[in-house]
Amino acid sequence: MNKPKHKKLTCLGIESTAHTFGSSLVSLDEENQGTIISDSRSVYQPPPGSGIHPREAYQHHSDVCSGVLIESLRKAKMDMDSVDVIAYAGGPGLGPCLRVGAVVARSLAAYYHKPIIAANHAIGHIELACMLTRATNPIVLLVSGGHTAILAFSNGRWRFFGETLDITIGQLLDQFGRAAGYASPSGAIIERCASKSEEYLLLPYTLKGNDPSFSGMLTSAKRLLSSGKNMDDICFSIQETAFSNLCEVTERALAFTEHDEVLLTGGVAANTRLQEMLTEMCRSRGSTFRVIPRQFSGDCGAQIAWVGLLSYLHGMRLDISKSIVRQSWRLDQVDILWRH
Amino acid sequence: METLIRKGAEADIYKVRWNGLLAIKKIRLPKGYRQPSLDAELRKRRTIHEATLISAAKLAGVNSPLLYYLDKSNYSIYMEHFDGPRIKDVLDDPDLGTTKIFEAVGRSIGSLHREDIIHGDLTTSNFILISDGCLGIIDFGLSFRSNRLEDKAVDLHLVKQTLESAHSAVADEMFTDLIDGYRSISGDESTNRIKSVMRQVQRRGRYARSV
Repeated sequence: MNKPKHKKLTCLGIESTAHTFGSSLVSLDEENQGTIISDSRSVYQPPPGSGIHPREAYQHHSDVCSGVLIESLRKAKMDMDSVDVIAYAGGPGLGPCLRVGAVVARSLAAYYHKPIIAANHAIGHIELACMLTRATNPIVLLVSGGHTAILAFSNGRWRFFGETLDITIGQLLDQFGRAAGYASPSGAIIERCASKSEEYLLLPYTLKGNDPSFSGMLTSAKRLLSSGKNMDDICFSIQETAFSNLCEVTERALAFTEHDEVLLTGGVAANTRLQEMLTEMCRSRGSTFRVIPRQFSGDCGAQIAWVGLLSYLHGMRLDISKSIVRQSWRLDQVDILWRH
Repeated sequence: METLIRKGAEADIYKVRWNGLLAIKKIRLPKGYRQPSLDAELRKRRTIHEATLISAAKLAGVNSPLLYYLDKSNYSIYMEHFDGPRIKDVLDDPDLGTTKIFEAVGRSIGSLHREDIIHGDLTTSNFILISDGCLGIIDFGLSFRSNRLEDKAVDLHLVKQTLESAHSAVADEMFTDLIDGYRSISGDESTNRIKSVMRQVQRRGRYARSV
């Protein structure tokens, strides 16, 4: 990272792409060290057996936004005067949810005369993980409900080395969980069930070049469920098969790019078994494995605030009249001004 | 004599002597992170696919390595050694640059697809510039037979993705050359149909701007 001279900056980050409404204060000191001062959030919980309903999630976010915002300021012992810049999640995500965060950010920016920045949510997962783990130039495995991608930085942008051809790993876990009657997100429940089994059932393993595919595995797993197979065994087998696939494609990226550092981030990064398998893969190649701390793996305001700070520091400015949201905003469209 | 020349993602590559010939030994070692039954299944399946399709590719008129020997006991394959830089290295080093190298890449892929062989792993590290203009294709572990446009489109999508992620500055130019080469083998109609399926595949990317 290059180092323009600047005073200490503090950013208020607002996250609202999907089920989480988050608000966080993050600072960047004169040495470019980032610190998360506070991070508050409220998560919309759909009823068991169903997924996110955008309107319901929007309603939740509208109800909790001011409370979450005030809590993040109070925990940081700060007021709006000490905030230098306001960042919101500009996308990608669910339209109704994104709009709540954007409205909050716009209102604050207009009322308090603060600069506003639209941060890409996926870039937030990557850059916050880099900040917290001190990774410098890693192969990134981004695993969540919205993404399953293997990324490398090159020529000014984070670029897709590989990406799921159909559903994400988060969708695989959630949709299977839903079929079994659990509430979304179901990653934690599936991990708990899996830890009780060692009975491996062979499931479809699909990798096309650098692109994994999980829809066939989901169909097979649901079929096993309705044929009365043991739930713990199916969960164990889903994790073992899907995570092997992720390990293989990550290893392919390491071999191809000749990088020697892996960074795991996104909501599914919290899974202990996935961490274990990647640790083993990296060990066998002599590569370094890093993972975002569990507390910040899921969606949070801090990831938005951190990207907001980096963008602001490198001269990005957004006119409030152009502070729109974009449901489709692919992470490889974002110029990463702070990396070379 | 055995020299490790590359630690690939799924196999170790050695330069060896085999019956007096300079050869490549490719061995698929067990992965510690994988369930033993899945591990054995993947290593076996890929070794067999590689051995079968590496020879089929020759019949398609593509320069793939000659298969010398397959050792089922440890999933290793002995094959012809191609001497030369990988296309990946050529793109990274302008001094090695030969113009229109991707037309040859496109012709090779077109020849495989004409015979319904899907390579499955068309990254720039799997093409070797053996001597001027003579291009070798390696690594058939993920190969399979299919006449589906979808499979051919995904095959081409992978080359495009590799170019865009690792060689972004020249990606568009190289891919245009590739399609020219592909078209010279497959013809206009077939090439255009595959390109249109390829656009569909690309739109499946997460948060890609659709339509």
